[in-house]
Amino acid sequence: MSTSTQTREPAAAELTTGGRRFGDQIFRGLSTSAGLVILTALFLVAAFLLWQAWPALVADPADVRGGKGLVHYIAPLLVGTVMAALIALLTALPLSIGIALFISHYAPRRLASALGYLVDLLAAVPSVIFGLWGITVLGPGMIPVQGGLVDYLGWLPFFGGTSSPRSMLVTGLVLGIMILPIMTAVNREVFLQTPRLHEEASLALGATRWEMIKQAVFPFGKSGIISGAMLGLGRALGETMAVAIILSPSVRYTSVLNTSGNPGTIAADIALNFPESSGIDVNTLVASGLVLFFLTLVVNMFARWIVSRRSEFSGAN
Amino acid sequence: MTITEHDQDTTNDTDEPSLEASGRGQGTLPEWVRWAVAAASLAVGGLLVAFLWKVNIPFTVIVGALIYVVAIYLISRTVESQRHAVDRVVTGVVTTMFLLSLIPLISLVVTVVTKGAERFDAQFFTYSMRGVLGEGGGAYHAIMGTLVITGVTTLISVPIGIFAAIYLVEYGNKNAISRALTFFVDVMTGIPSIVAGLFAVALFTLFLGPGTRMGIIGAVALTVLMIPVVVKSTEEMLRLVPNELREASYALGVPKWLTISKVVLPTAIAGIATGVTLAIARVIGETAPLLVTVGTTDSTNLNPFDGRMQTLPVYAYYSYATPGIPREPYFARMWAAALTLMLIVMALNVIARLISKYFAPKTGR
Amino acid sequence: MSKQIDVKDLNIYYGDFLAVQDVSTTIAPRSITALIGPSGCGKSTFLRALNRMHEVIPGAKVKGSVELDGQDMYGRGVDPVLVRRKVGMVFQKPNPFPTMSIKENVLAGVKLNNKRIKKSEAEELVESSLKGANLWNEVKDRLDKPGSGLSGGQQQRLCIARTIAVKPEVVLMDEPCSALDPISTLAVEDLMAELKNDYTIVIVTHNMQQAARVSDKTGFFNIEGTGKPGKLVEYDETSKIFNNPSEKATEDYISGRFG
Repeated sequence: MSTSTQTREPAAAELTTGGRRFGDQIFRGLSTSAGLVILTALFLVAAFLLWQAWPALVADPADVRGGKGLVHYIAPLLVGTVMAALIALLTALPLSIGIALFISHYAPRRLASALGYLVDLLAAVPSVIFGLWGITVLGPGMIPVQGGLVDYLGWLPFFGGTSSPRSMLVTGLVLGIMILPIMTAVNREVFLQTPRLHEEASLALGATRWEMIKQAVFPFGKSGIISGAMLGLGRALGETMAVAIILSPSVRYTSVLNTSGNPGTIAADIALNFPESSGIDVNTLVASGLVLFFLTLVVNMFARWIVSRRSEFSGAN
Repeated sequence: MTITEHDQDTTNDTDEPSLEASGRGQGTLPEWVRWAVAAASLAVGGLLVAFLWKVNIPFTVIVGALIYVVAIYLISRTVESQRHAVDRVVTGVVTTMFLLSLIPLISLVVTVVTKGAERFDAQFFTYSMRGVLGEGGGAYHAIMGTLVITGVTTLISVPIGIFAAIYLVEYGNKNAISRALTFFVDVMTGIPSIVAGLFAVALFTLFLGPGTRMGIIGAVALTVLMIPVVVKSTEEMLRLVPNELREASYALGVPKWLTISKVVLPTAIAGIATGVTLAIARVIGETAPLLVTVGTTDSTNLNPFDGRMQTLPVYAYYSYATPGIPREPYFARMWAAALTLMLIVMALNVIARLISKYFAPKTGR
Repeated sequence: MSKQIDVKDLNIYYGDFLAVQDVSTTIAPRSITALIGPSGCGKSTFLRALNRMHEVIPGAKVKGSVELDGQDMYGRGVDPVLVRRKVGMVFQKPNPFPTMSIKENVLAGVKLNNKRIKKSEAEELVESSLKGANLWNEVKDRLDKPGSGLSGGQQQRLCIARTIAVKPEVVLMDEPCSALDPISTLAVEDLMAELKNDYTIVIVTHNMQQAARVSDKTGFFNIEGTGKPGKLVEYDETSKIFNNPSEKATEDYISGRFG
């Protein structure tokens, strides 16, 4: 600490410990190594996945599952993954904004905190239970709805053919319900942080509640809503069990969502096939896992980037 | 904040001309009108749906909401003004969205509870599936397996997570390591659980060869998912401890490690315990990583270092995916497992709530 | 008990920024020394350097020497933790430990250091420290209640009791009354006058009347402008500083022309 140039007497014994104090060194060492363990672990995740995926990357295309090579194996799954996640996002985004608004600005305060707790509880329900509920209750319940969509909106490229309870549409809806709590929680937090002064200024000018929300709450919460949506999208992309249970996969590309003709998702494909796989098949599945890892990584980093940009702009945080 | 309709509208109660810019609508709808319209809309919607198709709650809510929105818009527009009408429509839409989102939640809980209750009996909690075909059997092995694996996960994750958070808050000072750590913990939060499972498999393939299934591999996979949650929540709690307390301790001649372990951690302990409990609740229901790391078995195995183990979520999944014949007893056990799992998760959430409520530092007199 | 502090050529830096420049002074034992000056002049920084509390802030460093009865507290091998046991500190905002009772707060310096202490000795220490801080009569019936339940003035005296329970030689006080009401302030000032019999006391205050009331000597810190280092402009008997200062800046400050 101090670098003095003057000559000084040796410090008196009363104030010195002779450089000991093991407790401090041990504690510091423990904390630092805990941090390093985490960094190492993440490095290992990437390294081991690459190592296990490598044989599939260099393998003869004929040896890879499906016999047409890695790209042909992963591509439909990637399409299926993105499709299911997008349906989920489209379902959950407006609903999460509505629910968050209801909790933050419409419900009586005492009810609001209870409702917030309820939403948090919903977030804790294990995904396998959502899957079982989806296949047992929502799937059959959606058959007439999907039928109605084919009858009345059949001219759209999304509906047609024979409806299945195990369709992409049902899967996406269940995923949407699953990511609803996390997105609602993010939106609720952001809406509650709207500066009161902005809200009161708007109301004082004679705005109705909805006009106040348009003028004060949404502009303030825009980036929060986007980052919440990205977090939800990341979850939906990586969700495994619900998709594995509900979706009946095929290996075709089609825009029709209500039949069982859509490709599966990467995560569900791994869960369904990994337990029975060996040899090059394991490497292929790990390679597809790696693709999923980078996909979610990009989405999540985009979300963080938006959050950090927001905190730079608003002095409040 | 909450602004009731009443607060906003009291100014218009008198007969004097309104000062509002839009000026067209002079009156105000009494509070009871919207409730009456809502009730009428739901009734009409319910009858309409039942008449055209069959009794169906989700459709009643949707159709009822549509009728309500149109009705309240027309009423409010004639009595109040265009702007108030839009406001009332939005209120209706937002409330409908909320009610609509409650339907899956209620349906899910009702389904799991009613179907799970059938086999939610003593045999379910005391028998494994060893030698069971068809009726009977239970999930003792799965429940114990889940507890063992989650316990091992917690034992690994909590010390690492808490110490890493201590590093971030107390030692890091925003240096390169702590910035990297913050960033990569964020990255870890987003790792899909199946990928964590694949990582653990790859790691143990290196040591034990391919195809190994073991409880500890699953625990390592869950650790990857649990650590970021523990780090994040602990870090947040440690940062809430006021700096004045650290300074007060240093000024008394207390070394840093004792300050952290005896002042900072006890002050934040309620929040940390809450965060850890929620993290446990998050990983205890994980299925996918266990599917690829721990596998499944019919007999009880409590040793995480010795071969396959059964866990509740995997038990539920395989009861559904590969039932025997007849299927009914398998499905009944599946729902009982789902109910058990949900009760455990709910209990953990309630415990977390209670911890943060009752063990927070007392400030009262 | 009670030691003299000799400061020689003390420069305090935050990173590359020189916060306090070339302070040399002697603080007498069994006296109250007040440090006054406008905001940002470095008086609090200087105070924290007297028990190495500035080191808690990343990047802070010191050149020069501070001697406690001839022992350099910045000497090689000196443990700042031991320095702080000799030189206690009371802060602007009362900060009792929220997880501890009144009694535990007083014993914090002992207990937090894992020292064993007999129950009878502990009770004696609690009583003598609380009496020393003029708080005993107010809290003796509720020693096991949380310290954060006391009033602001009581909390600050609890913090003083906690500080003197460690049996330091010097007590540093960083604006100890600025968060208190006038009556609590009076109680703390009375306490200082008593503590002076046993300890060397250095107090930083924004309140010039308080400096004039309680202190024997006063130091006036000033800066020439933003970004410039703080300096000890004048250091003398309190009566001299307030009645007949030798520096123009001191006179301007105490007569209220700036600050």
